[in-house]
Amino acid sequence: MKASVGGYARASDLRHALELLSGSGGLGRVLAGGQSLIAAMNMRLSAGDLLVDISRVSDLSGVSDTGERLLIGALTRHVEIAGNPLIREHAPLLSRAVQYIAHAAIRNRGTIGGALAHADPAAEFPACILALGATLHIEGLHGRRDVAAEDFFQDIFETSIGEGEILTGISVPKAEAGEAHLIEEVARRSGDYALAGLCLVKRAAGHRVALFSVGPKPLLARTAMTALDRGDVEGAAKALHDELDPPSDTQASGAYRRHLAQVLLRRAVARIEGATA
Amino acid sequence: MTIEFGNPDRPNSYIGKTVPRPNAGRLVQGRGRYVDDIVLPRMVHVAFVRSPFAHARIAGIDANEAKSVKGVLRVFTGQDIAEVCTPWVAVLAHLKGLKSPPEYPIAVDRACWVGEPVAAVVATSRAAAEDGAALIDVDYDPLPVVTDMMSALDAETPVLHEDMGDNLAFRRLHEAGDIEAAFKSAHKVVSTRFRTARHTGVTLEPRSILVDWNPAEGQLTAYHATQAPHMMQTVLAEHLSVPESRVRVICGDVGGSYGIKVHVYPDEVATAAIAKIMSRPVKFVADRLESFTTDIHARDHEIEARIAVEEDGSITAMDIDDWTAIGAYSVYPRTSAIEGNQVVNLCGGPYDFKNYRAQTTVVFQNKTPTCQYRAVGHPIAVAITEGLVDQAAAELGMDPVEIRRRNMFRDDAYPVTSPANMRFEGLSHHASMNKLMELMDYDGLRAEQAELRKAGIHRGIGIASFIELTNPSPFMYGIGGARISAQDGCTVRMDPDGSVVALSGVTEQGQGTEAMLSQIVAEGVGVSPDKVRVITGDTQVTPYGGGTWASRGAGIGGEAALQSARALRESILTVAAAMLQTEQSRLDIRDGQVVDAATGESRMPLEELGRIVYFRGDTLPKGLPRELVQTRHFITSDYPFAFTNGVQASYLEVDIETGVVKLLKHWCVEDCGRIINPQLVDEQIRGGIVQGLGGALFEEIHYDADGQLLNGSMADYLVPMAAEMPDMVVGHVETPTKESLLGAKGAGEAGTAGAPAAVMNAINDALRPRGAQVTEMPFTPERILRALGVLED
Ligand SMILES: Cc1cc2nc3c(=O)[nH]c(=O)nc-3n(C[C@H](O)[C@H](O)[C@H](O)COP(=O)(O)OP(=O)(O)OC[C@H]3O[C@@H](n4cnc5c(N)ncnc54)[C@H](O)[C@@H]3O)c2cc1C
Repeated sequence: MKASVGGYARASDLRHALELLSGSGGLGRVLAGGQSLIAAMNMRLSAGDLLVDISRVSDLSGVSDTGERLLIGALTRHVEIAGNPLIREHAPLLSRAVQYIAHAAIRNRGTIGGALAHADPAAEFPACILALGATLHIEGLHGRRDVAAEDFFQDIFETSIGEGEILTGISVPKAEAGEAHLIEEVARRSGDYALAGLCLVKRAAGHRVALFSVGPKPLLARTAMTALDRGDVEGAAKALHDELDPPSDTQASGAYRRHLAQVLLRRAVARIEGATA
Repeated sequence: MTIEFGNPDRPNSYIGKTVPRPNAGRLVQGRGRYVDDIVLPRMVHVAFVRSPFAHARIAGIDANEAKSVKGVLRVFTGQDIAEVCTPWVAVLAHLKGLKSPPEYPIAVDRACWVGEPVAAVVATSRAAAEDGAALIDVDYDPLPVVTDMMSALDAETPVLHEDMGDNLAFRRLHEAGDIEAAFKSAHKVVSTRFRTARHTGVTLEPRSILVDWNPAEGQLTAYHATQAPHMMQTVLAEHLSVPESRVRVICGDVGGSYGIKVHVYPDEVATAAIAKIMSRPVKFVADRLESFTTDIHARDHEIEARIAVEEDGSITAMDIDDWTAIGAYSVYPRTSAIEGNQVVNLCGGPYDFKNYRAQTTVVFQNKTPTCQYRAVGHPIAVAITEGLVDQAAAELGMDPVEIRRRNMFRDDAYPVTSPANMRFEGLSHHASMNKLMELMDYDGLRAEQAELRKAGIHRGIGIASFIELTNPSPFMYGIGGARISAQDGCTVRMDPDGSVVALSGVTEQGQGTEAMLSQIVAEGVGVSPDKVRVITGDTQVTPYGGGTWASRGAGIGGEAALQSARALRESILTVAAAMLQTEQSRLDIRDGQVVDAATGESRMPLEELGRIVYFRGDTLPKGLPRELVQTRHFITSDYPFAFTNGVQASYLEVDIETGVVKLLKHWCVEDCGRIINPQLVDEQIRGGIVQGLGGALFEEIHYDADGQLLNGSMADYLVPMAAEMPDMVVGHVETPTKESLLGAKGAGEAGTAGAPAAVMNAINDALRPRGAQVTEMPFTPERILRALGVLED
């Protein structure tokens, strides 16, 4: 199919992008890396969009250390997340996640902001930022606001980004000494979206477990987290079993995904124990 | 006339060597010319409106809004096309009882599968045609659908084509020996239900056609991504009422075909009909969604099978009940009964046993039509056979290699006829198995497997012997009335400077046909391969031939090329003998020079001979034959098919907690007769294995109960990709066919034929200690966990 595009404009800076969006009569659509949006347009799943290309807005890209946290620009590409020394040191979960995302050509173009705004329930980054307890920075013509990761994802492909707003970046807490980050997933082929995946962050304050591809949005497994805090791995697995109700599709049934979530949890815990033993 | 193939130092010894592919440079430089690259003056584009229902009456079509879209020129309904194009019926006389209703390029009053064309929109661009197509308002009355294979013949199931009476397209029962007695007296009987998933071929380049009708000349020219240009010439001529001499099919670069591009597709014929009506060039290039919904599907089979064995492992009987559902129509002109028929012909293939019964039942349903796809029927038959043999071995506590060795036809048993009535000229099952054992260090691998099992690592080794049908004679299609050529031709000519042009009826789909032809012609004439220009894929200039199918290019097209090249060599030497005043038998051609046959001493470059023949023919004796162009055609006649054989092995690891299979290594030893180009053969085997591994682990078209296709994209239909592929080791045994001087059989499908069975057996070898077994492909992680009984719903 050939895409049916309403129009295209390249934004020179954030303000320009926001103005283009507000002048688009509700048809504006942010274009970042294009790795999800263009595919959807080529299937005519999205038609008539007025594309606002933010890919040249330079101050939305890159990583900086703000003391307690890392600030990651929305346009930072997957490949940069994988290689950036600040992220590798202070938020290794994100850099480790990249190996599971798509293929090199897509990772060279796709952006973390695009992945988060797209909010595919099977994507890695949304679950990562949930596990990390990140904050999302959103800007509109009338101001900025911060949203906690736990409030950001609303439903399948739905986030709390409002009309005319742009996600400018995220802040993640820097890992404490001794903090462990793990991501585990099972996909049919390397680069495919996961059949089920799990992020585990172990901090002094407790465990954080976020799952992806097991529901309409990434999910923080609170009961399982409490069980892990008690050192009860089987209790945590059972909590996943009881709480998850994953969807079925042509790749796998809900029952299989639920089973997988438990296997991944046990493996992640075993790997942390193996690493610290 | 003989060639000392055994002597690698013979003059012009290009056959048997890896030579560079003549078209590789062009393709890697981006200089290829695919149909989509061709732009003609006044060219327009067509997009099709396709049925969203699996079965519906078309009550009306309102095209008014579509016609107002900028760029849209015209809209066609089924009726409009039917006025210039006759429908076709895909049956073959030798497949007794096969039936199928007339099929039109665009559905006339009833759509029978999701994706069937119901209207066509022609516009100045594909995008505008799609905009128009989106606005066509079709009034559908949904009809009851038939989607389940096994209940298609039940009394309460609606009949898809009323005129056909029932949903049975074809049924064939083959019986040899006394099956009931054999099972009754057997030491052990093993029965299993197998399932192979619906696949499609997923060519890199989608189906593409550009048709130009020149009313002033009455000439139809089709630029077509096809395997069989002459067959398409015949089809277009017949259904659009144009003489064959005025239909030219040009097949330039083709981006893969795998059988997908050897069939007649309604949308492609509609494109030709539209070109004829509009008298201007019309282009149709399928997009990926159209590929999934309208390229032929294949391999959708359910099988109940059993095997009877003696205590010593000898097979006494096999009993196969195969079912397949082929969609709404049998596909023209090869028909959709061949795959089931092949299952009947090929099961039990490697083994010497007496009692055999096989039946295939082919039913209609409201899904995309199925037809021949690489290794037609082989992966199914090999999975059934090898699955049964492995299970029998396990029951007997016998090693899977040992049970095969006890049953395979002896290497000196040939010629021999199988219980399925297949005639084998010469095969090498035992030599191939011996070579495989060496290559893979079978015993070492078994020891490693046992060691790892103690550590809770579940590895499996799977073996699959197979036969492959190649070099088909008219027994495949021609005798049934199809105008599909089993013979093929080649014209070889020498140009004045001594370079050579070869025009062949077989085609290049990316598999290296032109490289293979260039080295045969080079050796046949006596020039280096870079002096040979090969032309394929143009019905107006190449000899009539069948093109690419059933692994025939090298065996049939290659032999025609060799014969014509040798004939040209003789013509050249006749002239040379006259010019050099010597006997023809004392001369030879080597590396572009006429030489003294005994000493190899150069007597004259071909260039000089060309100069004389073409420009100073007055200096040659009057009446001397001087045709520096020769054509030969070749057809096999002693055997209906040249069977090849081989054996594959898979080594893999199963993660019993996730069900994920990791392929560790794969081996194939095969016997395709004379190997013309070792690298091309190895790559055919590897590519074929990859396609077979796709079937084993990944590929499956899903439909829901309403006949809606659920996974029509590359994200959802999983093709095998590099990261999951194991290292492959390819070995060869060479048993040339005696039917030709060249001795080549086919190699294009062997990889695909055996790989799924090898993987299935390896997985089951890994699972056996846990009492689990899988026989339903693809072996997804979930299916493996279900077999292990760890999933609760
Ligand atoms: C073959 C393939 C496989 C893939 N596999 C995976 C995988 O395994 N895991 C995975 O996580 N992803 C996968 N992806 C998706 C990939 O990671 C995308 O890059 C990502 O989802 C979107 O990022 P983008 O920058 O390309 O966004 P775009 O495609 O440009 O945009 C996506 C959506 O987000 C909106 N948007 C983008 N940026 C912003 C912003 N700053 N503010 C507000 N809205 C914005 C757009 O309007 C659009 O709706 C795959 C993609 C492909 C093509």
